[in-house]
Amino acid sequence: MKSIEGQIRIPSGCAIAAVISREGNCMTGEKIVESMKPMHDRSNGLGGGFAAYGIYPEYRDFYALHMFFNDRAARKDCEVFLKERFEIVKSEIIPTRKIPSITDEPVIWRYFVSPLQSQLKNLQLDEKEYVARTVMKINCEMAGSYVFSSGQNMGAFKAVGFPEDVGVFYKLEEYEGYSWTAHGRYPTNTPGWWGGAHPFTLLDYSIVHNGEISSYDANRRFIEMFGYKCTLQTDTEVITYIMDYLLRVQKLTLAEAANVIAAPFWSTIESKTDAYERKKYEFLRTVFPSLLITGPFSIVFGFNGGLMALNDRLKLRSMVVGEKEDKVFIASEEAAIRVMEPEAENIYAPAGGEPVIVKLKEGAF
Amino acid sequence: MVLNANGIEFKELNEKLRGSDNKITVNGCCGQRFIASGMKNKKITIEGIPGNALGAYLDGAEITVKGNAQDAVGDTMNDGKIVIHGNIGDAAGYAMRGGRIYIKGNAGYRAGIHMKEYKNKVPVMIIGGSAGSFLGEYQAGGIIIVLGMKSGGKLVGNFPCTGMHGGKVFFRGEPAEDIFPKNVCLKAASADDMKCINEQISEYADIFGLDKNEILQSKFTVATPDSNNPYKQMYVAN
Repeated sequence: MKSIEGQIRIPSGCAIAAVISREGNCMTGEKIVESMKPMHDRSNGLGGGFAAYGIYPEYRDFYALHMFFNDRAARKDCEVFLKERFEIVKSEIIPTRKIPSITDEPVIWRYFVSPLQSQLKNLQLDEKEYVARTVMKINCEMAGSYVFSSGQNMGAFKAVGFPEDVGVFYKLEEYEGYSWTAHGRYPTNTPGWWGGAHPFTLLDYSIVHNGEISSYDANRRFIEMFGYKCTLQTDTEVITYIMDYLLRVQKLTLAEAANVIAAPFWSTIESKTDAYERKKYEFLRTVFPSLLITGPFSIVFGFNGGLMALNDRLKLRSMVVGEKEDKVFIASEEAAIRVMEPEAENIYAPAGGEPVIVKLKEGAF
Repeated sequence: MVLNANGIEFKELNEKLRGSDNKITVNGCCGQRFIASGMKNKKITIEGIPGNALGAYLDGAEITVKGNAQDAVGDTMNDGKIVIHGNIGDAAGYAMRGGRIYIKGNAGYRAGIHMKEYKNKVPVMIIGGSAGSFLGEYQAGGIIIVLGMKSGGKLVGNFPCTGMHGGKVFFRGEPAEDIFPKNVCLKAASADDMKCINEQISEYADIFGLDKNEILQSKFTVATPDSNNPYKQMYVAN
């Protein structure tokens, strides 16, 4: 039998792009899909995906569960489980187009849900923790069901294929969001399955990643102590859970989280002249040594209300940032930015470990 | 002759370039990789954004880019010239062994990584602005000059010349000593060094319309491998 992702590791790159309007102005998915075209050769057709923020304003208070099912039976079983835990206000097939370049699609559904208050009281959990645990439970224990997006007023759309085709498949031109991230995949360690395409998400956090981290197992062993389950053997999944743990559970700021995962070298820390800065870096490296991510990565981390771009501290992958009016653009290559905005300004490459944090202005989302 | 690259893939674009006049302008470029790879006897001007590995294995052709260039420009180039009127991405001049790369603006990480030289084949890279971290990493030969102009006082990032064992890096100004490895020797440029810089930057100054004498008035620092403190017993006891 053919091994699927999570059962096999194949030791053997990627393209990322993002756009955000600081004013909260909505854009359709068209431009971000276009932007992946000049970077076509960075992917190999085994995965493409997008995350979009602000796309479900009419259901903004509900968690949007995007799900893959192997078959109808898996969906029916999973729905029984969901009804025990959530009030489902809407469930529907995610609209797709039949195109020759995307084949073998699973059953793709979305549910807008709200946790049952009785369950929350009973388990003494806050909403987000409850949703996160439910996602982990489905993805680990329910064969044939996989949650690939679980945030509020946002959603991931991913598939096996080239990203520009995945965008057409999911009809992304029909969605409007204030922030978009994109990924073209070149799977390095795993065969490439729909669930393994990027973005990887948990709640409203999403990650698109170019690179291959060498600290995967060290990171995984640590993060699994806190209830996260890495089911796919792919490095990006662990980065997503690390970010959730640092931000939501440990309540670190984005910049602090960036200083944990792409911590400066000790020699660089020692040379800091500002004593407070030095202490801060020492503290973060000492408290979270197992969450240092080594090996090449450039990531765009999406969340409700903003984006953060980050390179590994050695900057072993490329990443370029540009802006124009209210918009900020991020991509593996400048060419991708020029497709989205030919007149983009202030194009620059952030240094390794230097987070670029873009947030919407107050009240814009 | 003008060639519009809009919507053309890199393979077709290179075929057209090979069959073209010796002097050609490519416009509408957007991310096509490997442009002009291995070419000689051509003068190519590029408008738009050329993709990665521009001029890889270049063998004598001259390339001028009107704006920025992406990563790995001049990868393993052997001869010729690449002129960038903007900034350049990471790993510029990767393993180059001949020819010249002139950058008006800043260079990304790892510029000149593993440059090498042999007899009269001495590659040269001149960076008008600042260079990113790991400049001249594992450099085995050739000349890198960093001018630090219009870069907000920045000259170079962290860990320059890591693993350097040949060649020279000149800095206009005085980079902080503690960012260099122990195996590299930093000195004020000598009269001979200044003569070398003078020779190397003439053409660069002409192309970008700069006053060479003004540049040469600054103090320069030169980094070379320290032969008294070689890399030994780093991996095995030998």
